[in-house]
Amino acid sequence: MRTERGSEVKIELGRRYRFAAAHRLHSARLSEEENSRLYGKCNNPLGHGHNYVVEISVSGKVDRATGMIVNLADLDGFVQHEVLDAFDHRSLNEEVPVFRSEVPTTENLCIEIFRRVRAFPLAKLERVRVEETSNNSFEYAGDDVRSDS
Amino acid sequence: MVLLTRKIEFSASHRYNNPELSPEENVRVFGKCNNPHGHGHNYTLEVTVAGEPDPVTGMVLDLSELKKILEREVMQRMDHRHLNYEVPELAGKIPTCENVARVIWDLLEPKIAQGTLHRVRLYESADLFADCYRNGAKA
Repeated sequence: MRTERGSEVKIELGRRYRFAAAHRLHSARLSEEENSRLYGKCNNPLGHGHNYVVEISVSGKVDRATGMIVNLADLDGFVQHEVLDAFDHRSLNEEVPVFRSEVPTTENLCIEIFRRVRAFPLAKLERVRVEETSNNSFEYAGDDVRSDS
Repeated sequence: MVLLTRKIEFSASHRYNNPELSPEENVRVFGKCNNPHGHGHNYTLEVTVAGEPDPVTGMVLDLSELKKILEREVMQRMDHRHLNYEVPELAGKIPTCENVARVIWDLLEPKIAQGTLHRVRLYESADLFADCYRNGAKA
């Protein structure tokens, strides 16, 4: 009865994860005064922290045998190992190598998480969305040159 | 173009089991979702319709019309039902978030008379959801 419209519809799976981490916004390319003016209290030398929420969206063919794009246990395991273990209850500035040179804004955090999860072999990473607080969220879909660096 | 989203909630039970796999394989693939007695979720469905606001009414489509469609196509079919046994559109399919979202897309898509269906997002829990888009549409 219903015509086959499989090619017309794209299906993605979205999964949310949480981690808590400390950071300090400070750019080595700016003076102390400029850093203080630009980042305000986020420039506090002793740092501060957030409860981050990470939303990962992947796409792929829905396997007929399982009804799934990807087995959640596989995605969860990968994100746990590549992202949560590296970020949760850590200082982003001190313990995540890329943030020794880049400022750990949530924009840059999105890009770094995208770079890490893009290596997931079982589905295509579409998008990373990070909530720094319930009021601020950021998204990255890999269309930036830096994602290839 | 303007996007309009309506949210509804329904509760349903389901079980993941593929009769073509052995019992051991089913447990390995589906874990606790393979429990023979089933389990359930509070699903949240977000339906997004895209279109231009009508110059007379200022609406992309009449929300009360969308409410009726969702009541008829989704609530009456799925709310407080067992998705494996009581929803014919899911017969022979594992009622995963992906498959249920796709069935809902197929049910709603021909019923939206004003604007076009842009996205169906089905949350199985706050931390797990599936999105359906028209292929090529920008998320």
